[in-house]
Amino acid sequence: MAKVSSKKKLSKTKAKKSSEVAGDSAVKKTEVVYDEEEEEDKEDFNENVTSEEEEEDGEDERRRQKLLEAISALGGKRKKTLGERSEAAVQLSEFSVNAEGEGDKINLSDLIGSMDKTPQVSAKTRKQLKTLQQSNRTVESPLSKQETERIQRDVAFQKAASEQLVFPLNQEAPGPKPMERVVTGWKARTPLEEEIFALLSANKQPIHDPILTPQEEVSMKAMSLEEAKIRRAELQKARALQSYYEAKTRRERKIKSKKYHRVQNKAKRKDFVKQFEEMVKSDPAAALEELHKMELARMQERMSLKHQNSGKWAKSKAIMAKYDEGARKAMQQQLEVNKDLTQKLVTAVNDEEEEEEEEDEGGDPEVLPDFVNDAEQGVDSSNPWMRGKLSEDPAEKETSEIEEVKETEEEALLREFDSRRKRRQALIPVISLDDDEEEESKTAAEEEEESKTAVEEKEESKEEEESKVAAVEEEEEEEEEEGLEETLMRIRTLEDTEELLMQEESAADEAPVPPPAAENPPPASQPAGTNKKRKRGIELKQVLTKATKVIQVPLAHTVEDAEDSDDNQEQRGLIREAFAGDDVVSDFLKEKRKQEAAGKPQVVDLTLPGWGEWGGTGLKLSRRKRKKFRMKAAPPPPRKDVSLPGVIISEKRNRSITLHQVNTLPFPFETHTQFESTIRTPLGRTWNTERTVKKISKPKVVTRMGAIIEPMAREELMKDRNQTMNILSQAEQREEQKLKCERINKNKCKQKE
Amino acid sequence: MASPGDATLDTSHVGKNKVPARYWLELQKEGKDEAEVGKDAEPSRKRLRRKEKKKEKMKEKKTQKAKKMKQEDTLVKQTISGKSDPFPGPAPISQDRVRKFKRKTKTKRSGSVGNKLRDVISRSEEASEMAQKQSARFDLLLPEDAGFLEGDEDEDTCTISQEDIADAVDITSGAKYFNLKLSQFGPYRVDYSKTGRHLLLGGRRGHVACVDWQSKQLMCEINVMESVNDVKWLHSEAMYAVAQKKWLYIYDTNGIELHCIRKFNDVLRMQFLPYHFLLATASATSFLQYLDVSVGKEVAAICTKTGRLDVMCQNPHNAIVHLGHHNGTVTLWSPNQKEALVKMLCHQGGVRSIAVDKTGTYMVTSGMDKKLKVFDIRTFKPLNSYFLPAGSSCLSLSQKGLLSAATGDVVQVYRDVWSTTVTKPYMAHRVRGTVWGLHFCPFEDVLGVGHGDGFTSMLVPGAGEPNFDGLDANPYRSAKQRQEWEVKALLEKIQPELISLDPHELGQVDNAAFEQRHQDRVQALGFDPLAKAKFIPKYKKKGRSSAGSVERRKKQVAHEDQRDVIRETMEDKMKIEEERRQREKKAAVLSGQKSALDRFKK
Repeated sequence: MAKVSSKKKLSKTKAKKSSEVAGDSAVKKTEVVYDEEEEEDKEDFNENVTSEEEEEDGEDERRRQKLLEAISALGGKRKKTLGERSEAAVQLSEFSVNAEGEGDKINLSDLIGSMDKTPQVSAKTRKQLKTLQQSNRTVESPLSKQETERIQRDVAFQKAASEQLVFPLNQEAPGPKPMERVVTGWKARTPLEEEIFALLSANKQPIHDPILTPQEEVSMKAMSLEEAKIRRAELQKARALQSYYEAKTRRERKIKSKKYHRVQNKAKRKDFVKQFEEMVKSDPAAALEELHKMELARMQERMSLKHQNSGKWAKSKAIMAKYDEGARKAMQQQLEVNKDLTQKLVTAVNDEEEEEEEEDEGGDPEVLPDFVNDAEQGVDSSNPWMRGKLSEDPAEKETSEIEEVKETEEEALLREFDSRRKRRQALIPVISLDDDEEEESKTAAEEEEESKTAVEEKEESKEEEESKVAAVEEEEEEEEEEGLEETLMRIRTLEDTEELLMQEESAADEAPVPPPAAENPPPASQPAGTNKKRKRGIELKQVLTKATKVIQVPLAHTVEDAEDSDDNQEQRGLIREAFAGDDVVSDFLKEKRKQEAAGKPQVVDLTLPGWGEWGGTGLKLSRRKRKKFRMKAAPPPPRKDVSLPGVIISEKRNRSITLHQVNTLPFPFETHTQFESTIRTPLGRTWNTERTVKKISKPKVVTRMGAIIEPMAREELMKDRNQTMNILSQAEQREEQKLKCERINKNKCKQKE
Repeated sequence: MASPGDATLDTSHVGKNKVPARYWLELQKEGKDEAEVGKDAEPSRKRLRRKEKKKEKMKEKKTQKAKKMKQEDTLVKQTISGKSDPFPGPAPISQDRVRKFKRKTKTKRSGSVGNKLRDVISRSEEASEMAQKQSARFDLLLPEDAGFLEGDEDEDTCTISQEDIADAVDITSGAKYFNLKLSQFGPYRVDYSKTGRHLLLGGRRGHVACVDWQSKQLMCEINVMESVNDVKWLHSEAMYAVAQKKWLYIYDTNGIELHCIRKFNDVLRMQFLPYHFLLATASATSFLQYLDVSVGKEVAAICTKTGRLDVMCQNPHNAIVHLGHHNGTVTLWSPNQKEALVKMLCHQGGVRSIAVDKTGTYMVTSGMDKKLKVFDIRTFKPLNSYFLPAGSSCLSLSQKGLLSAATGDVVQVYRDVWSTTVTKPYMAHRVRGTVWGLHFCPFEDVLGVGHGDGFTSMLVPGAGEPNFDGLDANPYRSAKQRQEWEVKALLEKIQPELISLDPHELGQVDNAAFEQRHQDRVQALGFDPLAKAKFIPKYKKKGRSSAGSVERRKKQVAHEDQRDVIRETMEDKMKIEEERRQREKKAAVLSGQKSALDRFKK
């Protein structure tokens, strides 16, 4: 060891001679505590070294470090490579300064801590980092190898279980391809083709689909010369017109003549009226709005003191009015304006001289059309004051009078009803007499239904017309109660109701007549347990009762069945025919009963005579024994012919066919209906077209003769990567969920604790 | 059928605006709408599209695969010319036609099913839908339609005579009306072969003849020198069976006797089940026997114990044999069961004749009580009952559902016997003698009537199925085709065990009660394979087999299989209980926070 160190010392000194150590670095070095003697020696050397070449000292330092490490490595104690101070590491070189808190875990908060101070970090990242810090969620570990492999296998299996596998894989389908596919899938291969394609693409020619080139498209969009000329002319004209118009308006604005303005205003007003009328026709909503504006203006006028000759100007004018005609006129006009604005009826009012005033009004329309007087749609039409005109006819007035008269009568009637009802203690609430006329009549109609006598009385007392109305309403009520139909049309007149009634009758006539023969109703209501009752249920009359239709035969047969073999038999038949009926039917029913009885499960008797009781003949079993030792089997399911009195259906099982039936469900199926539905379509050529047969009986695996079938590569099965990725991600999600659940459970446990 | 009438009704309703809406009218309208939808394809297509749209909305979540497919589709749709297809997608199919080929109803999707099961179900659904649609599409290839006789105004179609019809129609069709005057050998039984080309006549007094009736070529003619009860073609026109006075004989077309089957005696009526190759015979000794003609073995012999069996017919839908009896009952038989599957009381007198329609839905019976009744034999309920003044001795149903009934010497043909109530016949014809046998010719508008004075071939417009299945029964087949068909038919022969009342039963899972199945198994094996041995504790010495300890040991293994379940449920219960308690505690704590006023509470 000493030898080696001395050698190294020599080499070191040589190196030191050529290099110089900076003074400060030397100071640093002195601070470092060294354990070994060699180091001390070196230190001595260092002190001796003069600092001549300051540039090389960094390199020198590194070399020294290396040397030291090599020496320390010789000891075999430290095999860890010690990081330099420049990078973050737990273990740092002993020769350089160690970080404080060495070996501690570094938390995210330690790193983020400085973040708040640095203004460069955006608020967003700060927030994100904070949330990261708060959540104690760890990143899920990836799925285990087994898991992923299982999923992959699953996918592969699914793919392998597809409808048909054609080996060798990846061969192109034989036969002619559709033209489109050939064209679209074509690629240039030969140099000539490539050249052509390069040309085409350089000129932006379409390659696959013969659609237009971009230039062609542009040219298609472009206008022709003539069109362009026309357009330009149009534009020119428009511009000229605009300039003319502008000039005109400018000139007009400068005109100061009152007469001119008066005329113009008049024209404007006329225009406005015209426009408004048109608007009424074309756009009633806008017209209404306009109307509202007018109304508003009127209101404002009525509210304000404008045009009332109460202002400063008016007062001054009033003083002058005595002497000055003009002032008087002006005042007059003011009042006129007021009148016009507050008046509802239309009169063309116009005031040119009060221009200042008009400015305030903001060009409100002075003219009101006729229909302003008409009743507004939204306004309650029942209020006669709100109506612009008297819309009701005199006849209507009369009826209303009559109705009023009737009302009093009805009130009397109602009172009567009320008293009766009270007597009967009915639960119907008393109707207040102040109700509307219509409602009352309706309720009256309801009352009528309740008590016919009341109706009679009412009819007696009432006028004819009234009774009619009541009757109509009554019918309406009845219909509503029946809830038969939703009438879209309203029944207004008595004729209508009559028609309706007629229709109902006719409909009743037209309605399908129930089958004339009492096709015996199934005795389903009878309890299945009691057989005797059911037997009684089948009656002779129920069997063979089907109404017969007589058929008219145009030709009457002339020859009798003379050729029947034995006369004897014929006679027997005739006799049977004569005595037909009860005999045949009762025989049949007897047989049916017998069958039913045979189908019933028998009681198993396990009693031992004399056991626990007295023995001997003619002894009756005790009830207890009968109950205990006579086993009753469960009643069988109802027979197929329960509801068919004239039919006996054998309940015997067809053993021969069960041998050919599937008696256990094949593998993937869960219910027998699933399986049955898959085999419901026949496969044979007798029932299917050729194409269908081919499709149905497609072999699962197809091989080409002579072609080598390579084992399926994993890539082949995993081709559909998207699918697998989906599945993998799903599996991961599942895992996550599991973890979540676990975490939740843990939390719960914690809470419990 | 009722559509034109409905249409007129509809217009009348629309016209009346005044009429207030009535709910029954609306109902009618709705019904009509449905009918109309069925009628023309246009609205139905719209509806379909709407449905599809809805579906698309419903299935917003689509897999990427589906999206890719769509993209491809759009790619394909863009044609080279840049023009879009004016009729995109497959041609529409009328909903009516599709419904025609519906096989049972689709089951509703049950909530959650496994991947594999979903795959299987969806694939089969797809296949069956495709089959249905394709069949509906190919229905277009059946262009022929049945037409009916239509009289002038105030003219009954039943008054039109056969001669008039024969004059009016084309020569070949007119030639199908003919009479064979064979008065010598008594009333004739008639049978047409399955293709409708060949006619077999069996005279009561022993005359048997087979004729290619369209070309009027006599194939053979023999006299068996015995009374003949019935004649029947077997699977092809090469062989036929004759029920003679004592035994059953089988002849070929040259009149050579092939077999005399002594096991079948006193046969009165015969039926041939073409897809099972079974010849069913009903005898005077009340035996119903089945002969497998492909192997020549008797399949079943059932003693019906109901006397003389001279009324018989078959249900072409499910190969069940119907027998009529003198006590007014009709019984249904299969070779697999020794007792009648169903016994129906149809008439008050004896049953004279039965006929079942092609679809196996309706049965028409006539009895000694002079009634003609129509039954729905799916539900065994009577539909219609008619009174014929003279009753009818023979019945026959055509492929298109026309009913021919013979009363004495008059043959009447009825239309729509089951759907409407008939008041008069569609056609009527008087033959020279008492009618003995009636048979509609398949695929022809012809009714063969065998009577006392020979045979009459009647023209009945609209009787036969206009579209024939060339692979099943081809009237124009060559000898070679016939041979090939024979082989195929034999290969596709249905075993007699498969005959059952409901032919769809075979496609159902045998979900009879487990015990029933188990019983069958026990019967077959002779022991109960599933019987679990009872636990018998081992005998232990030194007094450890005392009754108490035995019981204890028994208790240890009792309900072992259920223990886990019980434990789990108990744990669950405990957990729930615990949670509840916690909640209560929390609530108590929350409510237990004392307010200042609590001290005044008692």
